[in-house]
Amino acid sequence: MKKNDLILYAVLLIFGLAAPFVFAAYKVQLSILYVLIVLALTWNIQGGEMGYNTFGNILFYGLGMYLCSSVQVGMFFPLAEWTESGGEKTFVHTPIQFFQGMAVGLLVAAIVPTIIAGLIGYSILGLRGHYFAICTLGLGIAAGEISGGIELIGAGQGFTTPPFPKLGDVELRGEYYYFLCFAVLVATFAFIKWSYTTRFRLVLNAIRDNEDKAEAMGIQTMKYKIVGWMVSAFFCGLIGGIMGGLVGYIDSTDVAFDGREMGVFMVLMAILGGKGTLWGPIIGATLFHVLKEGLWTYLLGWQYVALGILIVVIVIYFPEGLMGWLREKYPERFGEVVDEKDRKAQVELK
Amino acid sequence: MSILEVNNVSKFFGGVKANQNISIKVEQGSIVGLIGPNGSGKTTLFNSIVGTHPIDKGSIVFDGKEVSQLPVPVVAKLGLLRTFQQTRIYGKLNCIDNMLISHKASDEGMFSVFSKIPSELTEKAENLLNFVGLYQKRKLRAGDLSFGQQKLLELAMALMNEPKMLLLDEPTAGINPTLINGIIDRLIKVNKDFGITLFVIEHNMRVIMALAQKIFCVAHGKLLAEGTPEQIKNDKRVVDAYLGAQ
Repeated sequence: MKKNDLILYAVLLIFGLAAPFVFAAYKVQLSILYVLIVLALTWNIQGGEMGYNTFGNILFYGLGMYLCSSVQVGMFFPLAEWTESGGEKTFVHTPIQFFQGMAVGLLVAAIVPTIIAGLIGYSILGLRGHYFAICTLGLGIAAGEISGGIELIGAGQGFTTPPFPKLGDVELRGEYYYFLCFAVLVATFAFIKWSYTTRFRLVLNAIRDNEDKAEAMGIQTMKYKIVGWMVSAFFCGLIGGIMGGLVGYIDSTDVAFDGREMGVFMVLMAILGGKGTLWGPIIGATLFHVLKEGLWTYLLGWQYVALGILIVVIVIYFPEGLMGWLREKYPERFGEVVDEKDRKAQVELK
Repeated sequence: MSILEVNNVSKFFGGVKANQNISIKVEQGSIVGLIGPNGSGKTTLFNSIVGTHPIDKGSIVFDGKEVSQLPVPVVAKLGLLRTFQQTRIYGKLNCIDNMLISHKASDEGMFSVFSKIPSELTEKAENLLNFVGLYQKRKLRAGDLSFGQQKLLELAMALMNEPKMLLLDEPTAGINPTLINGIIDRLIKVNKDFGITLFVIEHNMRVIMALAQKIFCVAHGKLLAEGTPEQIKNDKRVVDAYLGAQ
């Protein structure tokens, strides 16, 4: 089992490192896939492990996007004039400025949403069930509307993020964003996998299964809920910052606080693969990305209809997702076995 | 020495007087019963004691400390735990995980959130599951257990937490008669061997008479009678409350 895990990770890592060179044409698609997986993985912390269906994680993603680019521009040029000039570039980052700005920008894009998640979480994580879901739905919408009114970051006309600088003759933009996305994906996965070996996951699961009981047993559930949301916000902000650069253009409601698409997709991906599992969101996001690209290519015009049907089918036939369905079918494979030996016999055997 | 002192506690829900001036003392190391007709305020009193809802009047002292204003997790941390009438377990986790999460962990600071679960806890969890007869099913999801088994699991979870005192809300309701005897034996063992004070709500008179050294009876939110099982059995007011006065 352990050895199989190692082989699996080695294969995935080698694939991840080699992909932009072997499948050069799919660099951008793979980068976006990694973004989707990070979003699904982090949504799963709330929606899957903790049982708090949130539509608010898009807030941290969008915030990260705006923050990273604003810092990247603001560090070297007047931000207002940059956004004022729109697409026409009066200012050009030198390569060093670009990378320095991006580094600081990503740092800010990760930390500020984390703090905001802590503050908002403190005030609304007392809400349960549907009330929490509706409240977070409002957060994403409000953020989109508010950011669409701020002139400094481009308001309704959007924000063109700094273009990737020319480095000699070679075009490295795709590789650069690919490896950034890949690095964040690996970091997110590693952190989540590690955190699931600690008390953190058990407490989140306990909150999902029976929060009153968890409190009655002396667990400070609020603290776990807040920290869980902060973890999600950290990685959502980070990946949002990168996505801003990758897309090259930030619009308040269509790219950043895109609750209608990305905000729903992250929920859908986690559910499709199986919420409350480590691999579910990854499998779900991969399946979803392939399906979505297929629909958008071959059923253009009808893509939302097809997507809607897909959602209905998933919710009705696979409410527990792929992993949940497998677990239901083969519980022994997931360790659910009756141990026929009793305790005494076991002790004597030793 | 009394470990729990409930002094003149009242709790109103709008116009409904769920508890009125109830005073109860529970001696350390004893088993005390709480009986009364349905809707007489027994569970409300339990909820008041562990801090689920604030009381309107009176005081509750546990282990020398006023707890009536403290939130539920804090009271639990002090060593005062309750179980529920309808079992509350973590249905999608297996029995072992249910046990591990019930361990009283030091919850100080932000980063304790990511503290490791000590490996020796598994041994302790298995021993306690063995104690309640669930060792063989330890890898099954708790939600897949029968109602009676879930009650036993809930008891084991409470023991995992090493409380000073346990409030048990109908530990034998909905359980078959054979298993009930097993539960009585185990509760007596919990009290004697683990030294945990028990305060038990129970409708099954056979159980409570066999278990408790002292019984309180409430009716219509008021304390009706208190005494030894023998006294309670022969108290006309208690009989009237349960069967209806003539």
